[in-house]
Amino acid sequence: MTESERRDPDALLAAVQRDAARARRGRLKIFIGASAGVGKTYAMLEAARAARAAGADIVVGYVEPHGRVETEKLLEGLEQLPPVDIRYRGMTRREFDLDAALKRRPPTLLVDELAHSNIVEGEPRPRHAKRWQDIEELLDGGINVWTTLNIQHLESLNDLVAGITGVRQQETIPDRIFDEADEVELIDLPPDDLLERLKAGKVYVSDKAMTAADRFFRRPNLTALRELALRRTADRVDAAARAYSGEERISQPWLARDRFLIAIAPNDQAEQLVRVGKRFADALDAEWLVVSVETPALLRLGERARNRRIATLRLAESLGAQTVTLDGSSAAAALAEYARLRNITRIVVGEPRRRGWRALLAPSTAAKLVRQGQGLDVSIIARRDESRRVEMPERSNPRTVSWRRYWAAALISLLCTGVAALMYPYFEPTNLVMVYLLGATIAALRLGRGPASLTAVVNVLAFDFFFVPPRLTFAVADLQYVVTFAVMLVVALVIASLVASVRAQTRVAGARERRTALLYEMSRELAATRQRDNIARVAVKHVAETFSGHAVVLVPDPAGRLLHPRAKPLPESLRSADLSVAQWVFDHGRPAGLGTDTLPAAAAQYQPLRGGSRTLGVLAVRPTQRRRLLLPEQQHLLETFAGQIGLAFERASQADEAQAALVAAETESLRNTLLASISHDLRTPLAAIAGAGSALADPELAIDGAARIRLATTIETKAREMSKLISNVLELMRFESGEVRLRLDWQTLDDLVGTALGQLHDRLTDHPVDIDLPDALPAVRVDAPLITQVFANLLDNCVRHTPPGTRIAISASAEDRSVRVVVDDTGPGLPPGDPERLFKKFQRGREESNAGGAGLGLSICRAIIAAHGGAISATPRPGGGTRFAFTLPTADPEA
Amino acid sequence: MTTAMFLVLVVEDDGELCGVLRTLLESHSYRVVDATTGERGLIEARSHRPDLIICDLGLPDMDGATLIRNIRGFSTVPILVLSARTMEGEKIQALDAGADDYVTKPFSAPELLARVRASLRRTARSGESQPLLYLGPVTVDLTARTTQGQEGAVHLTPLEYRVLECLARRAGMIVTQKQLIREAWGPERFGDTRGLRSYIKTLRQKLEPDPSRPRYLVTEAGIGYRLSPDERTGAA
Repeated sequence: MTESERRDPDALLAAVQRDAARARRGRLKIFIGASAGVGKTYAMLEAARAARAAGADIVVGYVEPHGRVETEKLLEGLEQLPPVDIRYRGMTRREFDLDAALKRRPPTLLVDELAHSNIVEGEPRPRHAKRWQDIEELLDGGINVWTTLNIQHLESLNDLVAGITGVRQQETIPDRIFDEADEVELIDLPPDDLLERLKAGKVYVSDKAMTAADRFFRRPNLTALRELALRRTADRVDAAARAYSGEERISQPWLARDRFLIAIAPNDQAEQLVRVGKRFADALDAEWLVVSVETPALLRLGERARNRRIATLRLAESLGAQTVTLDGSSAAAALAEYARLRNITRIVVGEPRRRGWRALLAPSTAAKLVRQGQGLDVSIIARRDESRRVEMPERSNPRTVSWRRYWAAALISLLCTGVAALMYPYFEPTNLVMVYLLGATIAALRLGRGPASLTAVVNVLAFDFFFVPPRLTFAVADLQYVVTFAVMLVVALVIASLVASVRAQTRVAGARERRTALLYEMSRELAATRQRDNIARVAVKHVAETFSGHAVVLVPDPAGRLLHPRAKPLPESLRSADLSVAQWVFDHGRPAGLGTDTLPAAAAQYQPLRGGSRTLGVLAVRPTQRRRLLLPEQQHLLETFAGQIGLAFERASQADEAQAALVAAETESLRNTLLASISHDLRTPLAAIAGAGSALADPELAIDGAARIRLATTIETKAREMSKLISNVLELMRFESGEVRLRLDWQTLDDLVGTALGQLHDRLTDHPVDIDLPDALPAVRVDAPLITQVFANLLDNCVRHTPPGTRIAISASAEDRSVRVVVDDTGPGLPPGDPERLFKKFQRGREESNAGGAGLGLSICRAIIAAHGGAISATPRPGGGTRFAFTLPTADPEA
Repeated sequence: MTTAMFLVLVVEDDGELCGVLRTLLESHSYRVVDATTGERGLIEARSHRPDLIICDLGLPDMDGATLIRNIRGFSTVPILVLSARTMEGEKIQALDAGADDYVTKPFSAPELLARVRASLRRTARSGESQPLLYLGPVTVDLTARTTQGQEGAVHLTPLEYRVLECLARRAGMIVTQKQLIREAWGPERFGDTRGLRSYIKTLRQKLEPDPSRPRYLVTEAGIGYRLSPDERTGAA
């Protein structure tokens, strides 16, 4: 293999992943035809019968028989799923039953009419708006699906077909469904044969569609459609072949994939451009970008046009384009700049609307691109008749239109005239022009473009009428005034236009800034939040506020089932989220509910919260005004919000995982220390016990007398040591697992100390203990056995680490709301280093000391004191020795 | 020991421990019957009518408190409970269910035997009164309500005598705080342990040679108190 033929690892990985995904997914087979009546369903059923005869388990999910005898005959002997009856406006329609199919889970399922639309408002409500979504779910469920499709239903061909036949198809499917199908079988029937079948009544056409059908089923139409079907299927075969060779080897890795850019303007041609782009992209096997430029002009357009722009971008996304929104004052400049940045040499633009002299005055984007973008190929796509018919875009934001402004504009002209009249005796008429210009500027600033233009015109007229000789007529004696009028008018209009454009730009920036600010605010709060509950709260707060409604974030339990949040609901919380819809969204990672194609009848919209490749939760939003959420601009914003929230969750779960890993590592290391320490401390006494026991048990040794007693004593002592160690370990574990519940009761310190001294009576024989507990000491509310143990452990510690004869002193003093207890010894003092170390598990004061014990005593003391809300410390005793001091609250520690 | 040998029923599921107990008790002239389940223990308790029952709290078929309640349904035989340390809750449950005392595992032979003796003595004594308590140099006459210390008479209040009486009735055995309060004050004072503690403190100051290190009136932390007077047969 030469260098140039080396495999691209990324491409290989992608291929492998594709194969793996394909293996799990069901396979899709499409029987495609140029139009209705070519016999797709017939061919599909025949194939099914053949497969069935060969022993395959194949089930008919839904087939539209249209009352055709041939079709019905073919259905005989095939297992059919019963259809579901959907009631809608008093009628009953039989529809494909998705849930029944998922329940039956046949290896292969036949579902006719891929482009069919479900009755979204029917009862029971179908899950998806479109059948292709049903089929996607079947495929996701691992079921192979056979289906039928007419070429005119392909989204990218939609306008072409409309152009050919004059009939616009409402039911379309995304091209990717067709392109990603595993098998496509073209059912071809020459137009003459089809027309014959039609005449023979073998093609089903409903009465209502009869007029349309007359226009549709004509020879030229059918020929064109047939050609389209053949070509599209051939393209697909081509693409498959290319994909295959691509997987085999990438022979020219240095050649980047072709890339081109489609610039859409906010006009009615945009949709056509996108479809053309899709066809280009398929034909060239190129990457394509659809770019829209947010110019000030865009903001002047009505809301409908703006929303249509976003809808067009959506369409482009669904057809596989990458979409980009740029902003700038000039579309051409922004496009040229972006193209240079992305190294794109081909730009496709629409046909300019302006023609003739207007095109000369204000050149179109296409013309400017050709002029500015050196080295760019600019393709201009002619407008289709069909799209020209569509309504002209509305102009001008209705908010700014107000008659009062026009009256104000007229008033400004009147005022100017008044001022000019006062000045007239003293100034040249040309100076009066300045007064009028000032008025026009003020009108532009305060009143907007339209009224300002009115002021400009009225000013010229007034100036002519009142001040240009002959006065009080519109006649002009001196022709040079005509120049004055022209300049006056143009300057005023230019000012009006400039000011309006500046204002519009400010508004664009303002709107974008508000959006950005909303997002930024939430992102900032999310960034400061780690805990899932809090992320959900922040998200709910912001989403509910931004979309003025109620929202809720649903996260799954460990089993992957979504639950209502347990935390206290906020005022903004949505409490009526439909868990079954949310679960579907979570499982499929796709949005559903209000305003989507899946379960659109739900009251709320459900967005998946994606982090990385996983879906981490679901955001449900129920807006107060449904219509507002459905605006594409709002939809886009909501998706961006969902994306941000998803990332926050992802971050949180990564942090959790890192934390868990850290804890696991610490636990692991602790476990190792524990095992090492326990195995040593358990084995030593066990060895002694086993040795002594076996010696006693051996009849041959016949040990008796003093030796016997000594051995038995060894056994007892060692067994006790072990027992102590085990209870210490267990105790500590109980504390650490949070299992210990304090049984609090009022106790006096002298009682606790006395009990501990009683327990340690035998160990304390060589260590005299002085007790100094004032009578006035307040009672403490503690768990008596545990505090007794603290005393016992501290005393035991003193005994173990000080030579015999060392005095121990226990004293206590009342402090504010607590009692401070001090245990002093006059022994050798603390080992060097941080005394805090002593309270760690398995720490002994001196390494390798013979003092015995696993170093758990002080850690238990700390755990007990901490559980009571007190603190324990070790310090050198003034005057030598060691001082352990701890505090116990006199108030209720749990209060 | 008396000629009429005491019969001890051992209810313990661990065979080894059972064997050790049997050896220990038989070497001290007790007769031993054993049972490895609570069910079996109940049957043996009915049929053999033992003088003492030693019973483990961790039985395979029923918890100790249930077994004790069942036995108390037909018998007042002294019951000694074996339990692990740090199981205060269980101990108190068992004592409240009617057990007389407990021994913490691991126990030493002398400790166990002392408890067995104390329990059996209670039965022996139940008919007669035990008027004199010997607490080192101090002697308490519960009938006459007089107390003689090293330096002459010691004054105890009537309530202090009542507390002492209650403890003395079960001398050598544990009395839970609940039992003590109920018997000395009556059921209406139930739950207030602070008062009880101050009485014990004064009693110790009046009776103990070193009140900060009680020898005769001992606290069992978290459970109750135990009065262990010197055993003397003759009069002071």
